[in-house]
Amino acid sequence: MSAAVAVRFDGVSVERDGRLVLEDLTFTVRAGQFVGIVGPNGAGKTTLLRALLGLVPIASGRIEVLGRPPGAAHGEIGYVPQRHAVASGFPATVRDVVALGRLGRAGGRRAARAAAEQALARVELLDRADRPVGRLSGGEQRRVLLAQALCAGTRLLVLDEPTIGLDLPAEQAFYALLRSLGTTVLAVSHDLLALASAADELLCINRTMHAHGNPDEVVHSHALREAYHCEFDFLAGELAHHERLASGPDS
Amino acid sequence: MLELGFMQRALLAAVVIGVACGALGFFVVLRRLAFIGVGISHSAIGGVALAIVLGWSPLGTAAVFAIAVALAIARLARTGRLSEDAVIGIFFSGSMALGVVLFSLRRGYQQDLFGYLFGNVLAITPGELGLLAAAAAGVLAALAWLFRPLLFLAFDEEVARAYGHPVAALEAALLVLLAATIVIGVRLVGVILVEALLVVPAATATLWASHYRTQLVLAMSLGAAAGVVGLATAYAFDLAAGGTIVLVSVGGFFLSLLLRPRAT
Repeated sequence: MSAAVAVRFDGVSVERDGRLVLEDLTFTVRAGQFVGIVGPNGAGKTTLLRALLGLVPIASGRIEVLGRPPGAAHGEIGYVPQRHAVASGFPATVRDVVALGRLGRAGGRRAARAAAEQALARVELLDRADRPVGRLSGGEQRRVLLAQALCAGTRLLVLDEPTIGLDLPAEQAFYALLRSLGTTVLAVSHDLLALASAADELLCINRTMHAHGNPDEVVHSHALREAYHCEFDFLAGELAHHERLASGPDS
Repeated sequence: MLELGFMQRALLAAVVIGVACGALGFFVVLRRLAFIGVGISHSAIGGVALAIVLGWSPLGTAAVFAIAVALAIARLARTGRLSEDAVIGIFFSGSMALGVVLFSLRRGYQQDLFGYLFGNVLAITPGELGLLAAAAAGVLAALAWLFRPLLFLAFDEEVARAYGHPVAALEAALLVLLAATIVIGVRLVGVILVEALLVVPAATATLWASHYRTQLVLAMSLGAAAGVVGLATAYAFDLAAGGTIVLVSVGGFFLSLLLRPRAT
């Protein structure tokens, strides 16, 4: 039996300032899948995520998220937006920030605290719960944002450039953590190879859908080169190298 | 000093206003709203002038005027056609100019104008004190209710919106509270200096504490303390009350900067 559909885009177009930013996008994400979204600058990747979250209106088509319209699945979706770092002086602990993901939900502060600690345990940061969030390293802050997203909702995780500013080991650790959560993940990244190594499926967009499928096939496809308007002769060897790094020193 | 009725009222007003401004000041510093605060406080002069010319309640009219300006600044800035500081500058100067022109229509010494520009807490009546206390209590109650959503907004507006929090309404609520607190503070130190009551105690608190609960309590305490110490000093040395309160507050900030602990 095939897994339920977590996200469905059906002929979706989005306009901004009278210009089409996304055009006729159609794809599905099944429950439990890790789907990566790649494309050049200005391709509409962030707009795709924002349309899914109900943060931007769509001009045409239909979006379903966990069986509901965009913006109607609060409490089941966790979101990690694109951002570089938490301000160093932000006056809250890691636990406070993670618990904000549960703000407004039933159960009050005690339930929020418990959920925050559970989420922090999943991202292996429980021992940092009482630290000021601004004093954590970049990689740890990413995990805090992921924990906040898990606190907010665990059926679908939506991440926009979640590994920006992380070095290679931290990036790989982050993707390994995402995979270990076992939930449905939709992630945008400029790091094509890292995302291709981690994801079950890859979507390549540049206003329209250019390629969709197995990461290895998408990376080697002519459609990817068309989307980026350039050649990637190095990719074949680089992808294998990336996969070896991800597997560890004994591979 | 304490046996004098007007000083008792002035000291109580200083505590009430210091606490309210310290509490709101936490978000003014965290969200970098200092310049909006300046714009709103100076716009209050337009409201006061309008009230005096029309025979309405000056503080009530100033409050409505300041709230309207605050919401208009937020609305215009959100369109993105002009930067926020440009929008603030336009409203700030326009409202001040309106006030100056309206006051100029009245002949003779403008005691009212000076009182609102620089504060006149020593002339506060029991009725006014009651009104200020009630307004401050309302501001503090609203802030307590909205505190965590506002904190989430300060952390990440987009995530807060994605999780269904009414971001635009929260922004508007914060500006309304800011405008109301500014009008409360005008009575103590006047339009020119009220921004200091919002910014300085909260900024000083950030030098001593790294958690929001401690910063909040410190900001409120420092605001009240500056009011009391400033008033007592002004009484002892026959100085301008509003200016002395702000100087005490600013002095406390620089002293904290010198003494700033390494670990908080």
